[in-house]
Amino acid sequence: MAERTRAIVVGGGLAGLMTVIKLSEAGLSSQLFSFVPVKRSHSVCAQGGINASVNTKGEGDSPQIHFYETVKGGDFLANQPLAKGMCEAAPGIVYLLDRMGVPFNRTAEGLLDFRGFGGTLFSRTAFAGATTGQQLLYALDEQVRKYEAAGLVEKFEFWEFLSAIKDDEGVCRGIVAQDLRTMEIRAFPADAVCLATGGLGMIFGKSTNSVVCTGSAASAVYQQGAIFANGEFIQVHPTAIPGEDKVRLMSESARAEGGRMWVPKDGKPWYFLEEKYPKYKNLVPRDIATREIYYICRILKMGIDGKDMVYLDVSHIPKATLDRKLGGILEIYEKFIGEDPRKVPMRVFPGVHYTMGGLWIDYEADHHGNPVVASPRNQQTNIPGLFAAGEAEYEYHGANRLGANSLLSCFYGGMLAGPAMASYIKGLDRSAEGLSSSVFEAEKRRQEEAYGRILGLRGTENPYVIHKDLGEIMTDNVTVVRYNDKLQATDDALQAFSERWKRIDINDTARWSNQAVSFTRQLWNMLELARVITLGALRRDESRGAHYKPDFPDRNDAQWLKTTLATWTPDGPELRYAPVDTSLLTPEARKY
Amino acid sequence: METKTITLRVKRQDAPTAPSRWEEFRIAYKANMNVISALMEVQRQPVTVAGTRTTAPVWEANCLEEVCGSCTMIINGKVRQACSALIDRLEQPIVLEPMAKFPLIRDLVVDRTRMFDALKRVRAWIPLDGTYNLGPGPRVDPEAGASAYSLSRCMTCGCCLEVCPQVTPTSSFIGAAAISQVRFFNMHPTGKMHARERLDALMGEGGLADCGNAQNCVHACPKEIPLTESIAAVGRDMTRHMLKRLLGG
Repeated sequence: MAERTRAIVVGGGLAGLMTVIKLSEAGLSSQLFSFVPVKRSHSVCAQGGINASVNTKGEGDSPQIHFYETVKGGDFLANQPLAKGMCEAAPGIVYLLDRMGVPFNRTAEGLLDFRGFGGTLFSRTAFAGATTGQQLLYALDEQVRKYEAAGLVEKFEFWEFLSAIKDDEGVCRGIVAQDLRTMEIRAFPADAVCLATGGLGMIFGKSTNSVVCTGSAASAVYQQGAIFANGEFIQVHPTAIPGEDKVRLMSESARAEGGRMWVPKDGKPWYFLEEKYPKYKNLVPRDIATREIYYICRILKMGIDGKDMVYLDVSHIPKATLDRKLGGILEIYEKFIGEDPRKVPMRVFPGVHYTMGGLWIDYEADHHGNPVVASPRNQQTNIPGLFAAGEAEYEYHGANRLGANSLLSCFYGGMLAGPAMASYIKGLDRSAEGLSSSVFEAEKRRQEEAYGRILGLRGTENPYVIHKDLGEIMTDNVTVVRYNDKLQATDDALQAFSERWKRIDINDTARWSNQAVSFTRQLWNMLELARVITLGALRRDESRGAHYKPDFPDRNDAQWLKTTLATWTPDGPELRYAPVDTSLLTPEARKY
Repeated sequence: METKTITLRVKRQDAPTAPSRWEEFRIAYKANMNVISALMEVQRQPVTVAGTRTTAPVWEANCLEEVCGSCTMIINGKVRQACSALIDRLEQPIVLEPMAKFPLIRDLVVDRTRMFDALKRVRAWIPLDGTYNLGPGPRVDPEAGASAYSLSRCMTCGCCLEVCPQVTPTSSFIGAAAISQVRFFNMHPTGKMHARERLDALMGEGGLADCGNAQNCVHACPKEIPLTESIAAVGRDMTRHMLKRLLGG
């Protein structure tokens, strides 16, 4: 190593990799931890594209309009300066990705092609077939490999983050992590740490998320005092294919390319979204489309064959267009369902997809409301020295995320986090190196003891069964439609699950490549965050974005235009509320 | 009425040097199951057909949509991803084995580090001046873009190495995946400027010359990447490159 490690990044998806690249450019060496080889991170699952208002189609689009639509799409719950900064940086980010060699689809002139997406009428979404996330992740993975080959980045793949190391003043001074093969637990000192560990779809059992998206790392630091914000805002994507192991996303880009949603009515297709939303048609934001599908299946009982299913139909689109622009997702449908969507309509139903909430982070804006790049406050949690980026944190999307804004927020979050960490480190009076080794030893010991306790669990419960039960109750009661009595019952059940957790039989006591231990540890962390989600939803008596209560059907700005802040206590989450920065756009009714 | 069941026969091995054994599991059939969901059922009740309590088998998985490459294993003798292996299309008992060309970690998990090391060796990246905003990238002919896309879908899953007779636990042949990545980066307008470095990396021991032209790789690739075309194309470039070097060009 050219220099001792100053920074640690946990998570090798888009946000984590971008943070590492920025740290490397600032000349800081870093250690990158990931549960899976970074090239297999969940970012690969993003399909449709990445938003940037470059206006190459002569439609009059601009970053200002993108900003407005992002804030409106999020039902005015997003802090506006960061959303503005993201939308203004977007064209530069897409050009950068283009320079990195991402094989974006092209126009006849050889320029980047753009398509429409949910919540907008502009062609703003750059895409690489229908596997955009995979292509973007690979591009960043390659850039990080370059720095790795140069000795600036050291990767720890198949390592699990266990906890942050805090010194006597509560400052983050490194992490404790476990090698998932040797099961060795080690303390890693660092002057700044960034968690880019993604969302928490696994709390809902089956979601569009990858297996690693348990929210465990975010939960671990929440239990160490980090604030978790807006936990109740969970995006349920309108179009997914239900499966036994997970639900598989069918990208919004299918509708952007002309796909139509319908159910049979009086022997003919009823294009319910087109009828109700003549302007945006099939491209209303996801929370709205999802609620319409629920209404049709659950209230009108008009799902296909009376089941929880509606049609997503691309069979009228020419095959060549489909193959060029949507090939990746049609292949998924074909492989997993065994039918060719070029010929027959796809059967889909909403599935848990995205975590709008996450670790609370700070930012610094100037008097114009523009983020101050390189401010150490940017992307920093309330634990000094601990940063967060990507889906793991709560900013940018408010109460509902617009399609193709997540890849963008991952990049932008990383572009802020790297320089912020560099500034923060520069301003430190003393580095982690100067600290007494007892700080590191104590946290390492605490984690070794916790590991020992899990290995010693000899009850009767199976952790995978508890997880299945958790997923079912969360999906039933804490997704699209929420009632206070059911939310309360869910919270009671979650506490009962915690008692069941203590009666687990770990069964596998191997001290080599033991997945049961790791899963059991993450299950506890999932249970902790499940309460944050459920109680946040219970308390918020209004409907906003993805959070919908039939008993409180309207948005209530007077009382609830607020960020939910959850702090861990031994008796469950303590909830407080903070104002939202609406200094740039005045909240208005959200109509499509 | 007899309930429909699924039988899995799993090759188990506790550690790299431990002896291997076979275990059979029977679970209830449900429609639309894949190998992963069958294994997940075993996790919930890790008891063999003989009624013996055991540990749940361990395997690698992440996206479950066949884009991350994690869950590659040998299923009924064929290397593929377990997520896209649908139970209805498999003969029973379903036999699950780890890939044999990579060092074994435990059960169905192997160590594919060599594939990522190969990407380092061939300098599989576009050199950038920096990630600041330098305006748009080079224009790309849409057709060239489409063929680049077909190459860039490689998920480093290991199927092509597993079926290659030239790849053995002791041989150093780099394999089709990395060679195809050289073609991908050497096609790019910026990547092209550094094509020679990547061709140099494919010379010598374990390089392209070790390919035996068995052509198994292209048939095993789950993403239908034209791997043999890539090997041929890179081979032509290397010949040209070597001649140039000989002639001092």
